[in-house]
Amino acid sequence: MSESNPIREAIQQAIDEHDVILFMKGTPEQPACGFSARTVGALQAVGHPFAAVDVLPDPRIRQELSAISEWPTIPQLFVRGELVGGCDIVSEMYESGELAQTLGVEPPEDAPAVEPEAAPPPMGIENRLG
Amino acid sequence: MPTAEELKRRIEAGIPGAAAEVEDLNGTGDHFRATVIAPAFAGKSRLEQHRLVYDVFGEEVGGPIHALSIKTRTQ
Repeated sequence: MSESNPIREAIQQAIDEHDVILFMKGTPEQPACGFSARTVGALQAVGHPFAAVDVLPDPRIRQELSAISEWPTIPQLFVRGELVGGCDIVSEMYESGELAQTLGVEPPEDAPAVEPEAAPPPMGIENRLG
Repeated sequence: MPTAEELKRRIEAGIPGAAAEVEDLNGTGDHFRATVIAPAFAGKSRLEQHRLVYDVFGEEVGGPIHALSIKTRTQ
């Protein structure tokens, strides 16, 4: 009976559609758990916008999320479709500066793309000098 | 109800060469913090290291073990 699973599909779609998305208990304004609150605090301190999903309204959200992520606890932070971790990892990454780095390494989709470093000129150019 | 001592023993039995310290954060047997040092973590991402610890307890995490905070080191 796993062919149609609207909740799992909706979660996967949310992960795919948001660069930074936090699955948490409660909301960023009103976290319902200390671990979720700490994780929101780290994200807000870094100052990167993030989407948030409250898992509490339906226990199936948490169940399906954990099935996708193979991660048993809440909160769960995803960046560009990849699970970054829960409260412990996000807190450690915040303290070490890695969180800002992870959130800042790539420009948002609507920002101009960074030009790749200029390739070394072909050998022929050198030969034209002198 | 699991105890910190029981969690410590299970982590050490479940991860080869691991040394664990486990605290019962509230004294209520459901919120724990584990610090785990294991050579088996070498070469693994933090995410994978934490997963190894969670895997010791399977579905108990989020169930009877309401919260398990983890810190991992290779040595």
